[in-house]
Amino acid sequence: MKTGRFWAWLVFALGTAYFFIPLIATFEFSLRMRRGEYSFDAYRVVLGDARFQETFAYSVTVAVFTIILGVLLVVPTAYWIRLRMPQLRPIVEFITLLPLVIPAIVIVFGYIRMYGSNSPLPFLGSARGTDALLVIGYATLALPYMYRAVDTGLRTIDVRTLTEAAQILGAGWITIIARVILPNVLIAVLSGAFLTFAIVIGEFTLASLLNRPAFGPYLQNIGANRAYEPAALAVIAFAITWGCMSVIQVLARFAPKSANRPN
Amino acid sequence: MADPFLSIQNVKKSFGNVAVVKDFNLDVGAGEFVSFLGPSGCGKTTMLRIVAGFEEPSAGKVMIGGKDVTGLKPNQRNIGMVFQAYALFPNLTVAQNIGFGLKVAGMPKAEAQARVAEMLNIIKLPDFGDRYPYQLSGGQQQRIALARALAPKPKLLLLDEPLSALDAKVRISLREEIRSIQKKLGITTIFVTHDQEEALSMSDRIVVMNEGRADQTGTPFEIYNRPSTKFVANFVGTLNVLEGTISDAASGTVKINAEEIGLKGKLNGSKSGDTLSFALRPEAIALGRKAGNDSSLTGQIADVHFLGSVIRVRVGIGPNMVSLDTFNSPNSPPPAVGEKTEISFSSGDVLVLH
Repeated sequence: MKTGRFWAWLVFALGTAYFFIPLIATFEFSLRMRRGEYSFDAYRVVLGDARFQETFAYSVTVAVFTIILGVLLVVPTAYWIRLRMPQLRPIVEFITLLPLVIPAIVIVFGYIRMYGSNSPLPFLGSARGTDALLVIGYATLALPYMYRAVDTGLRTIDVRTLTEAAQILGAGWITIIARVILPNVLIAVLSGAFLTFAIVIGEFTLASLLNRPAFGPYLQNIGANRAYEPAALAVIAFAITWGCMSVIQVLARFAPKSANRPN
Repeated sequence: MADPFLSIQNVKKSFGNVAVVKDFNLDVGAGEFVSFLGPSGCGKTTMLRIVAGFEEPSAGKVMIGGKDVTGLKPNQRNIGMVFQAYALFPNLTVAQNIGFGLKVAGMPKAEAQARVAEMLNIIKLPDFGDRYPYQLSGGQQQRIALARALAPKPKLLLLDEPLSALDAKVRISLREEIRSIQKKLGITTIFVTHDQEEALSMSDRIVVMNEGRADQTGTPFEIYNRPSTKFVANFVGTLNVLEGTISDAASGTVKINAEEIGLKGKLNGSKSGDTLSFALRPEAIALGRKAGNDSSLTGQIADVHFLGSVIRVRVGIGPNMVSLDTFNSPNSPPPAVGEKTEISFSSGDVLVLH
């Protein structure tokens, strides 16, 4: 028993070290900008950089639109699949997994061919069009996470009976989705939303090849040309991601509870 | 029925090649409480879902209040429904759940609040408005579900095995409460159950369903005492089915294990020599001779089960096994297994099964 506990703690310590040593090392390195002493100079430089603010604001905006598009696309789809076409679930799951298999670079070259300025749908002919395409591309990249999060949320409620209960009380489809289904899977939707946010903030390939002023290419650019700032940026990016995860955990406490799942 | 409130006419429903409901017909009067009773898979829930509008019939039509609603969506039928799994909205409070249908219908807020309070009083949970479903017991949740279904004043109430998920004690008290609320509001109600006791105790009429058909429709008294098919006789209540041969159709004499009993007037159209199935309820059989019983058979005690106030005795009569109950008396010991005995009954209590 005691030996078992020792090994468990050893594995836990090794795992913790594996995750935290690089992070601590990066953080420590980011503090060394001033010769001979620790300082937050690298953070000051990064946060004061106008390009940081512009690219971060751009990526946050794109992330918000991506989340809206993802929710509008995934919630009704996952709901309908569970309610009316459960036989299609394996196919839809396979489709949502494709972005994990097909590299983003394939998507972006497909876009360039399909939506170039000479094509019938010249999205790439204007900055707004390219932004729209970027949002669509990110929604595709985030699909595996968003779909799974929403589908898992739907699994915790009796979708069919709740839908029928609302229907028989006179509700139409929009009321059912907005007032019954969405509030009961809101935490799952928010989980998907924050995962989407984390993906969009750091994404490089799509933004770079579509030549948009996003945070990912900025990170890469700083990393290639500076010493201490990239470390500071990596810590900031990590903090954002971790912040998102913490928000998911906090929100999960407010999830609607069912009689079968009181805690 | 001259002017039925709910009329189900020649309804059929198939899923692929499987016919689940086969030519179902029923007229229900206004304010009537009708139960669909049958085993799992008999089509009772499918029939209820067709009335609700969740399933479209393959053929036939459903009329409510003289209007054909077959093609209407569930949210256009003005029907209330209570589900087996309660189906309360977990994100809404009790008051919001009850007021859901009122809000959807666009009822002014003050009026809706008054109606919610009225419903909470009817189900005797006036202080539960601010609670969430997960804070309630199963019985309380089902009462809230009933209040939610009744709040918009539906024309018809459908109850889909609402008591199945509850424990025995709550089930009994809630069924009495449902029936009393239904009578008070005078709402036409269809109740689906596989529990014969529920159906017998609550209903004005029972439709016993078997393999997608209504085997028999009648009052609980008729269904229990005069089952018209072998299935109904077997499904409703405990029944002893015996087989005999008609020895003389004219005089109504039936031979069972070399003994004869008289069933005059019950053999309609059967011929001498035919094999006949007939049934006896356990409470119609006495162990030994009893005054007023005009028929008797001889057998051997096969089993004796002491159940406290009652002793259940199984008597073998040739290949037939008959179960009967006798009251426990401290002064007379239960019969011994293997003992020869006589059972007696009134020929008037014999149910001939066709």
